[in-house]
This record gives sequence, structure tokens and C-alpha cells, in this order.
Amino acid sequence: MGDTAVFRIAGLTKAFGPNAVLRGVGLDLRAGEVTVLMGANGAGKSTLVKIMSGVHRADRGVMMLGDKPFSPATPAEAMRAGVVTVHQNINDGVVGALDVASNLVLDRLNGSGSGFFFNPRKVRREARDVADRMGLGIDLGAEVTDLSLADRQMVAIARAMSHEPQVMILDEPTSSLSSNEAERLFALIDRLKARGVAILYISHRMSDIRRLADRIVSLRDGAIVGQFEDKPLDYEGAVNAMLGQNLGRHSIDVRAAGTPVFSARDLRIAQGAKPISLELGAGEIVAVTGLVGVGKTQLAETLFGIHAPLSGTMELDGRPYAPKTPQRAIRDGVFLVAKDRASTGIVPEFNIYENMSLPFLPRFANAGVMRRRSERQTARDQITDLKIVCRSERDDLATLSGGNQQKVTVARWLTQPSRLLILDEPFQGVDIAARHDIAAKLRESAADRATLIFLTELDEALETADRILVMSENTIVGEHRNADVDMDRLLAEVAGQRLEVTGS
Amino acid sequence: MDSQTAQESAVEAKADARPKDGLSMRELAIRYGFLSLLVGLIIFFSLATRGFTSPQAAVFILQSVSITGILALGVTATLVVGGFDLSIGSIATSSMMAAAYVMVVLEQNALVAVLVCLAIGALVGLINGLIICYMRVPDLLATLGMMFLLIGLQRIPTEGRSIATGMTLPDGSTAEGTFSQAFLALGRHRFDLFIENLVPASVVVLIVLAILIWFFLEYTRFGRMMYAVGSNARAAEFAGAPVKAYRIWAYVISGVFASIGGILLAARLGRGDIASGNNLLLDAVAAALIGFAVLGAAKPNAFGTAIGALFVGVLLQGLTMMNVPYYTQDFVKGAVLVIALIFTFALLGRNAR
Repeated sequence: MGDTAVFRIAGLTKAFGPNAVLRGVGLDLRAGEVTVLMGANGAGKSTLVKIMSGVHRADRGVMMLGDKPFSPATPAEAMRAGVVTVHQNINDGVVGALDVASNLVLDRLNGSGSGFFFNPRKVRREARDVADRMGLGIDLGAEVTDLSLADRQMVAIARAMSHEPQVMILDEPTSSLSSNEAERLFALIDRLKARGVAILYISHRMSDIRRLADRIVSLRDGAIVGQFEDKPLDYEGAVNAMLGQNLGRHSIDVRAAGTPVFSARDLRIAQGAKPISLELGAGEIVAVTGLVGVGKTQLAETLFGIHAPLSGTMELDGRPYAPKTPQRAIRDGVFLVAKDRASTGIVPEFNIYENMSLPFLPRFANAGVMRRRSERQTARDQITDLKIVCRSERDDLATLSGGNQQKVTVARWLTQPSRLLILDEPFQGVDIAARHDIAAKLRESAADRATLIFLTELDEALETADRILVMSENTIVGEHRNADVDMDRLLAEVAGQRLEVTGS
Repeated sequence: MDSQTAQESAVEAKADARPKDGLSMRELAIRYGFLSLLVGLIIFFSLATRGFTSPQAAVFILQSVSITGILALGVTATLVVGGFDLSIGSIATSSMMAAAYVMVVLEQNALVAVLVCLAIGALVGLINGLIICYMRVPDLLATLGMMFLLIGLQRIPTEGRSIATGMTLPDGSTAEGTFSQAFLALGRHRFDLFIENLVPASVVVLIVLAILIWFFLEYTRFGRMMYAVGSNARAAEFAGAPVKAYRIWAYVISGVFASIGGILLAARLGRGDIASGNNLLLDAVAAALIGFAVLGAAKPNAFGTAIGALFVGVLLQGLTMMNVPYYTQDFVKGAVLVIALIFTFALLGRNAR
């Protein structure tokens, strides 16, 4: 390969308050090469990107662009120096109300040296120039709001290319694209490579990584834990490094499933996805694991009536189950502890007991009038049970730590008996002690219901579940009893390997 | 239940939300600042003017804020679910014109007039709710549009003229109907309370509606869920709430309250006056927003709204009795509103969460 690194990072550290996010990251990017950066949630990917693109400044460490030190104070400075970033949120990269041509030359309009007046013909000419160089087959007169997401993404990247960058950072650029759209994006990336741009590509999608990667770098807990560049690339090794080396044994008594509670037949949750069939029994805890973006949340929300499946049927206790709204799902005894408690769980203006009783107000009301005494009693019981640290059940939720807030959102759904309890990333942003408290409570209370937990972190699945299902590309690709797990096979499934074997 | 006990229970309900120990001066100021200011104003005016503290003066203040107070209580419901209703003023005037039209032109009785008004309020609220929830028009714009629509619509049946007995109708005939005595009593009858003919019907309606909506929002599961919808709609949906239905109901409540305000306005004026009711919207919205600052709630609440309306009433009455010119009134109201909003958002810092 030789030493053709155009961008070098060494010993980069960054802490937010007491939280060390990056603990000495070292990374080289080479011209004409796609380096894929893999890392689980909270590994520090986005912080690294933000430092490279001038949003944050590193606490310590150096960055070199070519042979010059690089420490941008603002995103604009990074861009001028030749490091451009295309963000995950596609609409951040384009201005919807303008046409494609204006978008392509937008940054020049802001630059010094452009006059006060706007010359449409000149704009069109420059835009045509940019579009031709990038092979962008999009009508330059079209309004960006009328374009598909993929086309918008192309415009954003072409726009970034008008700076003649040496380094381009693509942060999960395919997360909202279909596979056909993604292929067009990959073709564009191939062209960037041919022009000698060094590309840092951040993604969880194994299909993207397989298609594009020249090199894979795994980030975990703020440090680079693996670099893979020998062909063929060791995808499994990369996933393993990203998820953590310490996938040791966890001691739990694995229980067998009791009477069947819930089943799904040929459920399809996304266009082009293979159907899902699964059966859940009383008393068992089943974890569904898989990388980010493989459809875990989509499946969880489908079971809870937020999305309708494209096809397939579900049964609960032997009766057909097809909830149209969460309200129906709850009435039938299917509860969801949704992902991202801040947006889907917590009512910030409510205190602990008001948050806990929220889904079951009729049960705490007499002829419509709330019975606060019984609400508070229920909340007090849960506080004791789950060891929630607070002064009283009347504390505002905002005064609690993240782990305790999460306990409240889980406790909410434990106040009433359920048939199927679904938890989507219940350990997100939760410290180890709180995680153990929640997991213990789930196992202890699991007897009369089926429990389904969606977890990206394999460790957490091994620690909590009786059975582990693996998801990839919007379907379930593997199943393991959590007693003698074949880790190689499990990791291969997470990395999407088996899918390809069966596919070819 | 009179307003005194209502006030006490609300104080308890609020204190209930937090531990009682360790209230700092700042917390005390935030919680009781606005109420102390109200008491201070009352004491100041009673010392500075003669007759401010008489029962008649107190009732007069209540009467002066009764209609805006009712509208403000209605708009509080939409604020609770995170919306806003700018059409309340025009719902009230439309309802007033409709009452006059039904009695004077169509020569129907008081009951029919009242029912027609209530139906108009409910219907407009329902349409507002549907436009906002299903057509995805932002609340401010939808209700602003509805406001213009109603201002125009109420002029069409009479070709832009006010409605009174003996007026000439578009077809050349003369309107023979009259406001029925029963209807006028809503605006003019006074109940005895220790003193004969003391409390006007409109004040009784205000107090009853205030207690109803306050109890509904604070103590029923529907009110609780409306607050949840306003605070985090997605969380409410994930907790199984029919979020759209709650939003639509809030606009229906707002519409019905506004139409009750319109009925009282018609009963007070005794005619369908095309030019009246201009200030209703702004006064009502001001009262509801001032209510955010009461007891440090930092959120829409019925008790605060009632105090907000009362605050404006006391201030204007006091200033009038001190011979401050009438044309400064809007300035005073605006200043109070701005101060209350600063108090709510800067001092309480709730918006930063």
C-alpha cells in the first residue's frame, strides 16, 4: 500500500465533562481508498466526525492534512482546508426551497468574492460544470423538494465535491435509502475514489461495507480496537472487535419456553425483505440482536401496532392479533418499552407517578376522576422493586439520572400484567448497575408473559435472554439457545454472512 | 365550591407535586410572586381610591372579565394539548350574531338561540381540530384562517349590518322578532348574595365554567392525558392515547366556550352588534398566557387563567378609578403580558429543559 496517507490522526482525546468519549484515537486515511469506520452506539463515531469536521475541538492529539497540521475551528474552515462531511440527515446537506443548480453552488454564494447580485446564468454554468464532473444525472432546474432522498443525497455530495476536497466523510449516507438508490450512491463514491479522494465511510450496513470497503476500522469505547486491510477483508473480525472482545460466558439459568403466547407467520416488515416467523412462549425472554438499521425497531413497532406489516399474520394466545394502534395493542396485553425514552417514553412535565400510570389511566380512575393515592402507591412499589433512586414518587422526572429515568419508563409497563412485553434497547444510556436491576426485574417477573428484547449489544443479549434471535436486512437469520452459543456462527449471522451463503 | 376553595385546592395540588421542605426564596417568589402582586394591587387600589373594596366594585370587576375569562378558559384547553386557537374571538362574535339572527329574524325563542350558538361553537371547533390533525395545517395558521372566515361569514346574512328589532332585511321586509326576556336575563339578571341583586348571571357562568374546566384538567384522566399530549405527543401515543382525538376535543371545548362567551355578549348588548368583540381574542389569550406565571406553573392551567383574567380586570378597574385615561388600557395589558411571559420563561427556565 505504501505510505500515501493524506490524513493522519494521532492520540486524539475528547471528554465531555467527566465522560471520556475518545481515549486516544489514531487513524490514517489514504488517497483513493474507502476506509469504513464501524462502531456501536456511543463508541465515539460521531464525536470523531465532529472533531474532523470542525464542530468540536479535540482535548489532545494531532490531525495532519497532507503535511500540515489541521485543527479547524469551524465547519467552514474544515471545508476550505479540504475536509468535507456529508451528514446522515440528508436534508442538512441541501436547501429544499432552491433548485438543484443553486444548491450545487450554494457555498460559493456565501464565499467572499461573490458579488451582491445573483446571476442565474453564471450559477447555471458553474452548476453544470460540477454536475458533469460528478456524472450527476439530475435535472438542474428541479426543485430539491421534488427529488427523491437518494437524489438529494447525490446533490449534497456533488455540492461537497465542488470544494475539491482531499478528504470526504460520509456519515451513514445510506441509512434512508433503498438498495437501488444506494447502488447509485456507490457508483458516485467509486468516481470519487478514482479522483483520489480519501473517503471515511461510516455505516452499520454490512451490504454497504462489503460493496465499498478497502479497509475497515473498528471503534469501541473511544479507541480503535481493530484495523482490517488484508484481502479478503475479515468482516466477522471487524464486527467482533466493534461489539467487544469480552464475549465471555454469562451465568444465567436458561429457561425453556412455557405455553406458546405469541406467534408471527410470514411477517414482512419492509419492501423486499424475507418474511419473519417466530414463536414466543410464556416465561422465556427472547433477545433479538443485530446491527443498527437491520429493522429491529421496525419489527418492535409492528408488533405494537404502530406500523402495519406488509404481509403476514400474528396470533396472541391462539387468537388472531392485528393491532391498528398502540391503544389496541395495549388493550390486548402487548406492551412496548420504546427505544429512545426522551422522545417516545417520558412526559417531561410529569412527575414519577404520573409518568408511570400514563398508559393505564382508566385503571387508576374512578368514573374518570384520577385516584392519586392508588397511583402513588403503585409508583412507590415500583420504586422499591426496581431500586429507583429518588426522593419520592412526586419528584419531577428531570431530576433523575438517565438510568433511573429508564427504570421509570420500564416500570410503567410492569405495573400491569401483560401477555407480551417488548423492550426496544432498554439499556440505552444506562449504567451497569441500573442495567442489572432492570434485567433482574425482567427475569423475575417473566413467568406469565412472553418477553421480547431488542438489543444491538450482543453482550446484553447474552446476559439477559434465554434465546437469541439474530436479525439482518429486515428479517431473522438465526436462532440460538443461550446455553451453548456457537459464537462464530452468531457473529457471522450478525455480519450478514449466512444470508449471502443461502442467497448464492 | 366558591373560587376561594378552588384556589386553595389548586395550591395544594401544586404543592403536592413537590416536596414541601427546602423552599428557597427564589422558589417562593416564583410560586407566589404573581399572587402576591395581585393582592398587592388590590391593597394599593383600595387605599388609593374610594369604593374599590365594596362588594359592588368586586362584582363589577368579575363582570368586566367574565366574557374574556370564559374565552380564555377555552383557549387554555387548546394550549394544554400544545395547540393554540386564534379563532375564539370570531367564534364569540359569530355566535352573538347568530343568537340575534335566530331571535330577531327567524323569531325563535331563547332556547333555540342558545342551542344554535353552542352548535356553531362545537362545529367550528371540530372543523379546526380536523384541519389541524388531518390536513396537517399548523394550529396558528388554521385558526387564523378560520378567524378570517368567520369574521366574513357573520356579515353575509345581514349584508354587513348589525341586527336589531325593526331593522330592514335584505329582501326589503322589516325584522319583527325581539330578543326574548329569558335570553336577555343571561346578560342582565342579578342573583342575590347577602346584598340584593348583586351577582350577575355572567359571573355565575364564569365561575361555574372555571371550576368545571379546572376540575376536568387537573383531576380527570382525560385532563391528565391532554397534558401528556401537550408535553410529549409521541410518548402519549406510545402509551396508547388517541392523540388526534384529544387534540380535536380540545378545539371543540375551545369553540363551545367561545360560543358561550358570545351568548353572554349578545345578552348583554341586546342586539347583534357587528362592531363589538374586537378585543376579545387578545384579552383572552393574554389572560391564558399570564396564567402560565401563576403559582410557577410554567404551563397552561385553568386556575392560572382565571387569575390572569382577574388580574387584568383588577388592574384596569383600579386604573380607571384613579382616572387613568381609557386609551392607555391596551398598553397596560400588553405590559402585564410581557412581564408575565418573562417571568415564566426566563425566571423559571423551564423552556431550557
